[in-house]
Amino acid sequence: MDKTPQTEPRQNWTFSTSINSEIRRAAATGIYDIRGGGAKRRVPHFDDLLFLGASMSRYPLEGYREKCDTSVTLGTRFASKPIELKIPITIAGMSFGSLSGPAKEALGRGATMAGTSTTTGDGGMTEEERGHSEKLVYQYLPSRYGMNPDDLRRADAIEVVVGQGAKPGGGGMLLGQKITERVAGMRDLPVGIDQRSACRHPDWTGPDDLEIKILELREITNWEKPIYIKVGGARPYYDTALAVKAGADVVVLDGMQGGTAATQDVFIEHVGQPTLACIRPAVQALQDLGMHREVQLIVSGGIRSGADVAKALALGADAVSIGTAALVALGDNDPKWEAEYNKLGTTAGAYDDWHEGRDPAGITTQDPELMQRLDPEAAGRRLRNYLNVMTLECQTIARACGHNHVHNLEPEDLCALTMEAAAMAQVPLAGTNWYPGKPGF
Amino acid sequence: MTTTLDMATTELREVNTTLQGAAKAQANAKYVIVNPRGSHAMACGLDGALDVTIKGSTGYYCAGMNKEATITVEGSAGPGVAENMMSGTVTIEGDASQYAGATGHGGLLNIKGNASSRCGISMKGIDIVVHGNIGHMSAFMAQKGNLVVLGDAGDALGDSLYEARLFVRGSVKSLGADCIEKEMRTEHIDLLKKLLEQAGADARPEEFRRYGSARKLYNFNIDHAGEY
Repeated sequence: MDKTPQTEPRQNWTFSTSINSEIRRAAATGIYDIRGGGAKRRVPHFDDLLFLGASMSRYPLEGYREKCDTSVTLGTRFASKPIELKIPITIAGMSFGSLSGPAKEALGRGATMAGTSTTTGDGGMTEEERGHSEKLVYQYLPSRYGMNPDDLRRADAIEVVVGQGAKPGGGGMLLGQKITERVAGMRDLPVGIDQRSACRHPDWTGPDDLEIKILELREITNWEKPIYIKVGGARPYYDTALAVKAGADVVVLDGMQGGTAATQDVFIEHVGQPTLACIRPAVQALQDLGMHREVQLIVSGGIRSGADVAKALALGADAVSIGTAALVALGDNDPKWEAEYNKLGTTAGAYDDWHEGRDPAGITTQDPELMQRLDPEAAGRRLRNYLNVMTLECQTIARACGHNHVHNLEPEDLCALTMEAAAMAQVPLAGTNWYPGKPGF
Repeated sequence: MTTTLDMATTELREVNTTLQGAAKAQANAKYVIVNPRGSHAMACGLDGALDVTIKGSTGYYCAGMNKEATITVEGSAGPGVAENMMSGTVTIEGDASQYAGATGHGGLLNIKGNASSRCGISMKGIDIVVHGNIGHMSAFMAQKGNLVVLGDAGDALGDSLYEARLFVRGSVKSLGADCIEKEMRTEHIDLLKKLLEQAGADARPEEFRRYGSARKLYNFNIDHAGEY
């Protein structure tokens, strides 16, 4: 006798396999998931934009023959010693403590060879990074771990961190297992205890205070160094305007795809706006204040290729910053460590438990044996190569659009593939001359 | 020889450049600043032995990140006085506004009057002596160093405290998360005696109570989530 036909088992979209696994994990442990990295959900991104290469109405430049400049100067508003970079791609702030010493050294080596800057992080300045970075931006963070005037003076620029794209409004937590004697010593805390990075600065409470704080930093450093203000991408128009008001030389705008060392998954995935959505409001704020190009804008959060760089610049940024992509270039999540990733219950490409300090690639760890796996010279060369490739890609696109400097890219060079991207980037939907919100037709 | 700088006729930049140059030269010279008129960022970033007296009250961030210098404010100090100080001595003859000595790594901040809220917030090794009272949320997330209060403390003293030691002679309105009263042992009496002498404070160590971290929140434990 034939069996009665059965309905094929069907997964629930709302309660997917991964959602159910998180419910079980939360039920078993009683704590939210903490991880590193940036948002993993798909949000409108640079991939939703395309460039309009030149044909008749525009005149392209010859690739490999005609010059396309990539240099950028940051800090032209007040600083007597602005930062001169060969390429418009910088390395974002990542803390020593979260990253190993060899990883910081590799970042310095790679960035210097490519002609750009690196940035410190929550753990203070290390000799590995200062010694190998021709240009080093010193982050002035709410935690003030390792903060001292000597390092302030040794820096080439100062970045006051007010917010971070992965967690606007949130602090951080470096769990005790990564707190070795050296990390603890730099942070004035005992070995092995959790180290909280506060969500706000201890000694000022708003933009008016910040303006005076910046005066103090300038007085201490002889008005030489550019002052960056870094904000998380949440209210980009107002935050950018207030950063300018507070006296920023440079605004660093970090969208929600920006990474973090360790914070709540719910924060990473559900707080902030996509990087794409943040750029135009920030540029509009600068333009409304008559400060576009006078105060430079660095955009970060999910930048991966020269196309992403070119799109950010076309939307009005002066430079971009990379963090997660730089770690991948050094060797993070490399498939050659797949067996070890498997032992940690994950796979190469998805490893994000950086706070546990067991990174097989030796990058996001303080374990001496794991750290030795990263050769800072070889990793630095990989980063150099990657930065060079991104720059070449960006130049190629700029030439195709007829520009002899990557800063001449403009919104006119772009169209959008989706309504969402068209609205966020304020460029026309492909095949039309219209974007949502544009007055007229 | 004492040099006088008059801020009625001298710009802040020039004042600080002069002081910073003398400090860097380890000149151990004496400077008097008159007519400070509540200016911000006065005498900040000094990196060497120098004696500075400010005749009047100051604005924000006076003596910020001080190293080795001895700075006296013959008036009151605005917010963030001696922030992130590394060493040396900063004395405030009057009152100090909020976040006095914030994130300080070393040296002595001696406040002869009262200090407002968030005194010693995130302190990392500095010694702070307040002859009067301190406001709420003082020593929040304080990591290292000593806070001595001859008067009373406001709400949430030592919230989320790490290894800093707090000594209060008067009343404490409330203690913050993970902050508890601790036994005064001989070593604490000795330490307090030394600090009181350095600050010229008229008090006996035995009159104080000590507060410190219960260390229950040093490693995240879900069972303690309600205490955060």
